[in-house]
Amino acid sequence: MFDPIWKLALGLFTGILFGVLLQKGRVAKYQVILGQFLLKDWTVVKIMGMAVVVGAAGIYALLPTQTVSLHLKPLAWGGIIFGGLFFGFGMAIFGYCPGTGVAACGEGRKDAFAGMIGMLMGAEIYVVAYPSLTAFLKRFGSEGKVTLPQITGTSPWLWIISLILVAVVTVIISWRNRHEMRTKQMTS
Amino acid sequence: MNNLFQEKSWPPYLVGAGIGILSWFAFLTADHPLGITTAFEHTAALIEKYAAPTLAERNSYFEKESPKIGWEWMLVAGVFIGSFISSKASGDRNAPAVPPLWQQRFGTSKSKRYAAAFIGGTLMLFGARMAQGCTSGHGISGTLQLAASSWLFTAIFFSTSIGTAFLLYGREGRKNV
Repeated sequence: MFDPIWKLALGLFTGILFGVLLQKGRVAKYQVILGQFLLKDWTVVKIMGMAVVVGAAGIYALLPTQTVSLHLKPLAWGGIIFGGLFFGFGMAIFGYCPGTGVAACGEGRKDAFAGMIGMLMGAEIYVVAYPSLTAFLKRFGSEGKVTLPQITGTSPWLWIISLILVAVVTVIISWRNRHEMRTKQMTS
Repeated sequence: MNNLFQEKSWPPYLVGAGIGILSWFAFLTADHPLGITTAFEHTAALIEKYAAPTLAERNSYFEKESPKIGWEWMLVAGVFIGSFISSKASGDRNAPAVPPLWQQRFGTSKSKRYAAAFIGGTLMLFGARMAQGCTSGHGISGTLQLAASSWLFTAIFFSTSIGTAFLLYGREGRKNV
């Protein structure tokens, strides 16, 4: 029922760093999450996008050294599509995602605690309904654990280099905009 | 270093890069992607196992999965502690029970906001377990592995959230962000 103690300690250490980053990134805040979904505050996309670009480059660079292995979730059509719909609807109402919801509790946000009890309830419903739910979802079929490069028959580095280019261009544009705004403020 | 920790916020691109590097660390040291909701599922399963053992005996879930208090469970505990320490250091802990944006649209009632948070949380977690991942497990860890499932999940949940947010707040409420 328990992992070995070193693994528990490692999880705790990794989690603390994750929690600090989420809190300092201001994504444990209702205003910031809803601001993203109302397309006014782009903090969430900036953080997620940069995490994906940096993460992808590192993990794919480490793969040949055999120090890391991929952990892919299967492309099960029913689970991904219905899951995505439930998740997106629920998250916009709650105003936090699971990780940022836990971080919001750490920040002392009372509404996040109410959501946390709901999350446990959602997990309980899933576990209790598991036999009939999985039977239902199986009907939609699964493509298995596949990556975008595998599906398209391309090199993963084609994808990663494209992602890096998009990130670099976006960061340059946003820095230039900010610089322009500052010079405008100074002249007026 | 101490001053940096007392800051209320860090630039989003740097935070994102930090999470990317943290995911290398998680893959290298624990052979695990960063993810949150498996811990909730395992907790729920342990509750069923001990609170309703006869129900659990007939549930095929326990043939497929072995719920435990493991790395992921401690990761969730760590996120709570990390956010607590970080917000203490910067004094960023005065958020009202009802977020101002919500208040302008739905009023000051705490129970209304708590009920919505509860229902939202329930639906969200149920969805995450159907898809086997959340914003962390799919949105970051899965997409960075270029998993097809994760890119599709992220596209679906993001557009659903955008649609729901506009239904809730409309163009008028958007001005208050």
